[in-house]
Amino acid sequence: MLILRSLRRNKIGAALISVQIALTLSIVCNSLSVIQQHLRHMVRPTGFDEANIWTLRNRWIGEPDDLEARVLGDLAALRSLPGVVDAEATNSFPLWGAGWTTGVKLKPDQRFSTAPAAVYIVDEHAMSAFGLKLAAGRWFNASEIGEVGYQEDKYPASVIVTRSFARRLFAHADPLGQVVYFGPQPARVVGIVERAQTPGAAQTQGPAQVEDALFFPYRYLSSDTVYVVRAVPGQLAATMKAAQDKLFQIMPLRVVSSVRTFAQVRHDVYASERKSSLILGIVCGLLLIVTALGVVGLTMYWVAQRRRYIGMRRALGARRGDILWYFHLENLIIAGTGALLGIALGMCGNVWLAGHLALTRMSAEFICGGAAIVLGLSQFAVIWPAWRAASIPPASATRGL
Amino acid sequence: MMLGYYLELAARSLKRNVALSILIVAAVGVGIGAAMTEFSVMRAISGDPVPEKSSRLVVPQIDAWGPDSRQSRSGAAVELPDQLSYRDAMALMTAHQGLRQTAMYGIAPDLTPPRGRPLAASGRATYADFFTMFQAPFRSGGPWSHEDDARGANVVVLSAELADKIFPHIDAVGKTITLDARDYRVVGVLAPWQLVPRIYDMSQAALMEAEDLYLPFSTAIAHQMRHYGHNSCDSTPPAGWEGHLNSECVWIQFWAELPRAGAINDYRQSLLNYAADQRRAGRFHWTPFVQVHTAREWLALKKVVPDEIKLSTLIAFGFLIVCLLNAVGLMLARFAGRAGELGVRRALGASRWNIFCQCMTETVCLGVLGGALGLALTAIGQAGERALAGGDGPVTRLLYSLDTGMVLITAGVAIVATVCSGFYPTWRASRVQPALQLKSD
Repeated sequence: MLILRSLRRNKIGAALISVQIALTLSIVCNSLSVIQQHLRHMVRPTGFDEANIWTLRNRWIGEPDDLEARVLGDLAALRSLPGVVDAEATNSFPLWGAGWTTGVKLKPDQRFSTAPAAVYIVDEHAMSAFGLKLAAGRWFNASEIGEVGYQEDKYPASVIVTRSFARRLFAHADPLGQVVYFGPQPARVVGIVERAQTPGAAQTQGPAQVEDALFFPYRYLSSDTVYVVRAVPGQLAATMKAAQDKLFQIMPLRVVSSVRTFAQVRHDVYASERKSSLILGIVCGLLLIVTALGVVGLTMYWVAQRRRYIGMRRALGARRGDILWYFHLENLIIAGTGALLGIALGMCGNVWLAGHLALTRMSAEFICGGAAIVLGLSQFAVIWPAWRAASIPPASATRGL
Repeated sequence: MMLGYYLELAARSLKRNVALSILIVAAVGVGIGAAMTEFSVMRAISGDPVPEKSSRLVVPQIDAWGPDSRQSRSGAAVELPDQLSYRDAMALMTAHQGLRQTAMYGIAPDLTPPRGRPLAASGRATYADFFTMFQAPFRSGGPWSHEDDARGANVVVLSAELADKIFPHIDAVGKTITLDARDYRVVGVLAPWQLVPRIYDMSQAALMEAEDLYLPFSTAIAHQMRHYGHNSCDSTPPAGWEGHLNSECVWIQFWAELPRAGAINDYRQSLLNYAADQRRAGRFHWTPFVQVHTAREWLALKKVVPDEIKLSTLIAFGFLIVCLLNAVGLMLARFAGRAGELGVRRALGASRWNIFCQCMTETVCLGVLGGALGLALTAIGQAGERALAGGDGPVTRLLYSLDTGMVLITAGVAIVATVCSGFYPTWRASRVQPALQLKSD
């Protein structure tokens, strides 16, 4: 075992490479697992017809008395615009950030609520304005739409919940027709929507509460509302422009802000995830490059150090392939030790990170895949120095002695 | 002087071994650049925005919901609410137990400019002492008076940005602006001002931009200005504005400035007495429980540094370590290539210590070059992060900036890192056998 003997003589160099490989592997795997987690978050669907929806925030100047007439006037104008499928004035929408939360109880005298849920205030148009998919039951009809103001303590007699929230409340029982309590009065579940994320879904790390949302059949009478407009495919930009002009034509004394397509809303809300993924990605890329260069550098140094020894082996009949093989095998032993160390280090690091920072655990396959990549990179980095070693002429063994 | 000689030797050897020297400097520089880019963000966020006062500014917390509210369903203890109800905030304002105090909440009034479409402004309803307590600098005018606070006057203090936007090229003080269809007199304009983190109100997030305008708390309450921020209720509040004010919902931030750091115990006692009074009055049905935190404790308690930033800082430092290990390897190779020269010097009478000093001088030179490269890369990295953060807001500008402290830290880290990574190769080089090297060459 020539290699082991020569490794013993280059303990420090070999250890340097091993430790670098170990650190690189553990850092890259943990970073990639974080990036993967971010990417998974960023693509979770909201349940809305995101491609064709745009939104704006509307505020009336002062606290006008004729809120209902104003809201109805705006909605009628928006819904009649060419290219608009439907429009809705509501308190919030998925990924908007701000919203309301209410505790849901299964019995009127429960001390703690069973689960909190995000509340959307909607009328009979919301299903088509949001592009929601009904999984069971029905949507609200015009006759059951009441009125609710800002911070008004009022709860409806019928409610629509998401499928995932229904499962949280009733497990596997049929949720349709079940009764829940927000205050002392019961509310009946009349419909189940396939999916609707909460306003804070982007900030929700775990998979659990992302879709804990429900709908109240009310017209939202407030001086601060969000409008959600769904356009015919291809008409998004055109309706955005036309709608704003129309609104200011109806009533100039208003503040219109955050006019954004849903795609832009999604882009904005996941900005920090995107940024940190990119930074981690860049650092990982640099790390792999630096490690590969390190392997090249130290192997070159060894080749220079063992010049005479290589020449001697060549003079004694070793073929070029033997020399190549020798350096690749040596690298495999060093990098393999490093990879084993890195797997252990990476797993420990992951457990620690999962405990201290909001991070999901990565799978064993993930880190083993990473180990294979790092080993491959290390082997790749040796190609050139090994080839240089193999081209040392046998005659150099005799020179300089 | 030996140092001059060592420096000359170092310069000569750096020139002779350019490729290896560049690689070492690059490894150190890239590592330092990445680590310092992330570290500077972490440093900016975890900084103390009011260093002179951080042990005298305090946040009171009162247990207004009872012990039941402090237990989640799983039985784990939940902290006291961060904010106060209107009742408690007003009681503390009246009690006047600190040197200064202020209750406050976030507002977002509509601003109708003389020309153009109305816009939404971000604002803060607070007391006149707010500006002194949090050291907000005035460009012109000043805070409103305590009398304005008492009678709820329609006065306003503008941020520099908003003042320049509505009243370009002239002093806004004395002018009138229209908020929510009411006229307000501008009494002061702040100089550009941003606290990072925005310590006085972290109820939504630690990194929030400073407001566009500030107006008296009593004015905002009288005009029923809607609250924009975090509101939390233990039970359904009664309807209407009055109901909201009389409820146990917590939505008001409260800060007091103590005359000296030691006064915190007295303040806590007075708060405890207040809670006991409330119990006697029949409002609380539990043992009085209060907490008082200084600004510094509050920053630690609220965990202002986001996990993402902690993680990327950690990973960037891991990268620095790998870069330094790399540098160790490269330096080993570098000194080994010069074993002959060092052997000659040893043979000519240089002691091991001399050789060590000579090699260390070279190492420090490499460290200085690496540090300079690292500093440049840090500046580039920060510019990149600023661009990624998309925006040139005051928070972004403060988060990604290179101040004197950061330059010194970077230089220090670079030198220490190179000396540490150069120690072993240098020691190895100084052990070279004079006779052996002469013989083999």
